Amino acid sequence: MSFPWAKHYEPKQPLMRWLDEKLPLPRLVYNAVGAGYPVPRNLNYFWNFGVLAGAALAVQIITGIVLAMHYAANGAVAFDSVERIMRDVPSGWFLRYAHANGASMFFIVVYTHIARGIYYGSYKAPREMVWLLGVVIFLLMMATAFMGYVLPWGQMSFWGAQVITGFFSAIPGVGETIRVWLLGGYAPDNAALNRFFSLHYLLPFVIAGVIVLHIWALHIPGSNNPTGVEVKGPQDTVPFHPYYTAKDGFGLGVFLIVFASLIFFAPNLLGHPDNYIPANPLSTPAHIVPEWYFLPFYAILKAFTVDFILPAKLWGVLAMFGSILLLFFLPWLDKSPVKSANFRPTYRLFLIVLLVDVLVLGYLGGAEATPITVLLSQIAAGYYFAHFLVVLPIVSAMERPRPLPNSITEAVLKGEGGTSLAQTAAHGSVLPGHNSPAAAE
Amino acid sequence: MLSFASRFLARNLNLVVGAGFLFALLLGIFSTVGGMLHDEPVHSAEHEFHLKPREAGLQSAGLFGTFDNQQLQRGFQVYKEVCSACHSLRLVSFRDLAALGYDEGQIKTIATDWQIEQPSVNPETGEPATRKNLPSDRFPLVFANDVAARAANNNAVPPDLSLMTKARDDGPDYVYSLLTGYSAQPAELLRKFPEAKTPEGLHFNRYFATLNLAMAPPLTGDDQVQYQDGTRATVDQMAKDVAAFLTWTAEPNLQKRHTWGVAAVIFLLIFTGLAFGAYRNIWRGMKH
Amino acid sequence: MATDDDQHVPAGGATALDGGPDNPRRRDYLSIGAVAFAGVGAGVIALPLINQMSPAADTLALSTTEIDLSAIEPGQAIKATFRKQPLFVRNLTPKEIAEADAVPLSDLRDPQTLEERTKTGKNNWLITLGVCTHLGCVPLGAGEGENKGPFGGYFCPCHGSAYDTAGRIRSGPAPQNLHVPEYAFTSDTVVTVG
Repeated sequence: MSFPWAKHYEPKQPLMRWLDEKLPLPRLVYNAVGAGYPVPRNLNYFWNFGVLAGAALAVQIITGIVLAMHYAANGAVAFDSVERIMRDVPSGWFLRYAHANGASMFFIVVYTHIARGIYYGSYKAPREMVWLLGVVIFLLMMATAFMGYVLPWGQMSFWGAQVITGFFSAIPGVGETIRVWLLGGYAPDNAALNRFFSLHYLLPFVIAGVIVLHIWALHIPGSNNPTGVEVKGPQDTVPFHPYYTAKDGFGLGVFLIVFASLIFFAPNLLGHPDNYIPANPLSTPAHIVPEWYFLPFYAILKAFTVDFILPAKLWGVLAMFGSILLLFFLPWLDKSPVKSANFRPTYRLFLIVLLVDVLVLGYLGGAEATPITVLLSQIAAGYYFAHFLVVLPIVSAMERPRPLPNSITEAVLKGEGGTSLAQTAAHGSVLPGHNSPAAAE
Repeated sequence: MLSFASRFLARNLNLVVGAGFLFALLLGIFSTVGGMLHDEPVHSAEHEFHLKPREAGLQSAGLFGTFDNQQLQRGFQVYKEVCSACHSLRLVSFRDLAALGYDEGQIKTIATDWQIEQPSVNPETGEPATRKNLPSDRFPLVFANDVAARAANNNAVPPDLSLMTKARDDGPDYVYSLLTGYSAQPAELLRKFPEAKTPEGLHFNRYFATLNLAMAPPLTGDDQVQYQDGTRATVDQMAKDVAAFLTWTAEPNLQKRHTWGVAAVIFLLIFTGLAFGAYRNIWRGMKH
Repeated sequence: MATDDDQHVPAGGATALDGGPDNPRRRDYLSIGAVAFAGVGAGVIALPLINQMSPAADTLALSTTEIDLSAIEPGQAIKATFRKQPLFVRNLTPKEIAEADAVPLSDLRDPQTLEERTKTGKNNWLITLGVCTHLGCVPLGAGEGENKGPFGGYFCPCHGSAYDTAGRIRSGPAPQNLHVPEYAFTSDTVVTVG
């Protein structure tokens, strides 16, 4: 690892020494998530979400593998095979609800993780590669989640597949050919269901691979922190284990409480009733909506209503993909040398607007299309693009950041280190001594 | 090279792309506002007269809901004597009725006596035939296929009821409200929307999404079924009971789920408390 | 730990109190407790993951089979299915019963009398799984005109195990007699297997 004061692995038991000589796997783990990885001492709870995202992926892979032992990817029996899991397979209902709600938990965690990265400037040099790999993971997650939602072969599954593959028909000239190729037919059917199942099983392992790269890239500069000031010396860091393993254990507990509450008390809260109706190619549900985690993008898609050089449908599709793809350019759109928005008052204001904007887009994505909601989603989509492509470059060139602390340790001693987004948003400055053990205990 | 590309992107392309999107959206906004100014807001009868379901107040509702087996058996009786003439229950097996408190013998009798038999094959000729239901069988389909269902029901397919309470918003309340929600069309509706008069062969019901459904009121009067437990079979009671039964058919593990959930959350609360204590102890003295 | 605590912790009453001598023990208990709970939780969560592979409720519901015996003449056998496995139901002739009873138990690899393998008073009804106890092939002999093997019962073509008229192993590699499943006569002509 890059910090010279990082602890070195010294196997204590003979077995571990033997293993370490032949295959230094214990060393790798020690350096990645053990005592050998020095981490800034001032991370707040938002830094729990990376580990939680890993946990969510693990939950999805484990429950997914066992569900695949019972699921049948054939249009004639897929819906019934899921219901058989719910009724006849021992604990099947638990596994299926865990998988369905696990997807939502994964997105909750990853959206928080992304928001933290944006707020604290974790995408900036020297961590651009961490960010780029993160956006790749996000795209893979979206593809996986979409294909997974098709598998139960309910009404929303079917019409979701129909609508999403319909995006590709917006491409001029070859669009319809591509759509038919994607589906293996003129409408979603067995061919589509089988390839979606195959890819839905494959992609999570690809995600796991990219996560390894994501963590690898992270370990070269080391973790960012709430001040955005880089680590200067040993006094700025603590070893990942036991400090952050303990904190992540607590975070995992909270995550699991929320997760278990969803599974056991409101398993269908985030789903849609129409998906308990078997797929019917001859009847479209009155109100097609994607899963909640796609709603902001769906709102952007629907916001484009006027043909302007390109057809409105193509604008919508371009904008929807563009709204994600522009995240790839974020490290270069934001030219401010200051990372943490805690020290960028103007930018922070716009970030809060962006957060509200995305929440509004999420609401509008699920709302019925009336002139008012269309108008609002046009304004909200406009701000989304304006934020990244206009506001961000201009603000980062013009604003005057607050003075940065000289080091993490200095910030900690002044009580600024662990300030969270909410606290700073509320106070603008921080109560002295807020994070000292004396005050907290 | 990278820095050149990035500088170029940051300085120019972002503004071009951004301007494109924004201009397209701006045109959209003009057209939307224009549309709002020109067109009268559209109101429909559904929009004004459709009602959200009334609460059935079932024991299975809420976070810790449980099943009342007595009520489920009554609901099953209503299903059997009223609904099952048209509606199938194809995802539920006769053996599942054990969860309602029926014993093996009763289930066998229910299966054997079920009016519609299981499709089967004549062992001698190989031609399609039927046989008596077994406890291991799922409830047989009422109509062999949608075409037959349509032909027998004035061109409307009676939906399968296995998942009905999960396939509608507030499903149990919806079933209860729909069954008790038939009425004559309000005069106000006919005055405002003369074209929304219920067509011949349909029935007006304010809890149905389009206000008019093909199903005639199935629960026509009190004591339509004879409950064995002495409960008076009012229309309201029958509607509640069958809603409770259909809650069970859609989510047979509801009660077990709630029990597991309480145990899981208590366990996790203790774990999280311990983990928090361990976290605070490990960080003691470390200002952060 | 990479950091020097004293350098950063400001003097304060609460901190001094927390640093008391018994605290390392409390710290250990909390950590051990949390890890132990995590271990128990992982164990509990493993149960449904393992248990989901057991036969599902619909599979278990099929685990009894009713067989109508009225059409089986003496000397005939039928193949039925029980738990998705072949089941041989054979109506033995008096001659076959006599042959089976004539074999001394000491000659048998898996000593059992015909009486033990059938129901009292219904000795002519031999009901066995049609699964060779060697490696699970289906023996011949239940169908019309099939090779009944040297002992007049069943003959497994895979590795040459031969069974007698009581379904007992007489030669070949199979270690045991053909298995007799649990069954009961629900009437004179109907048996329920399983």
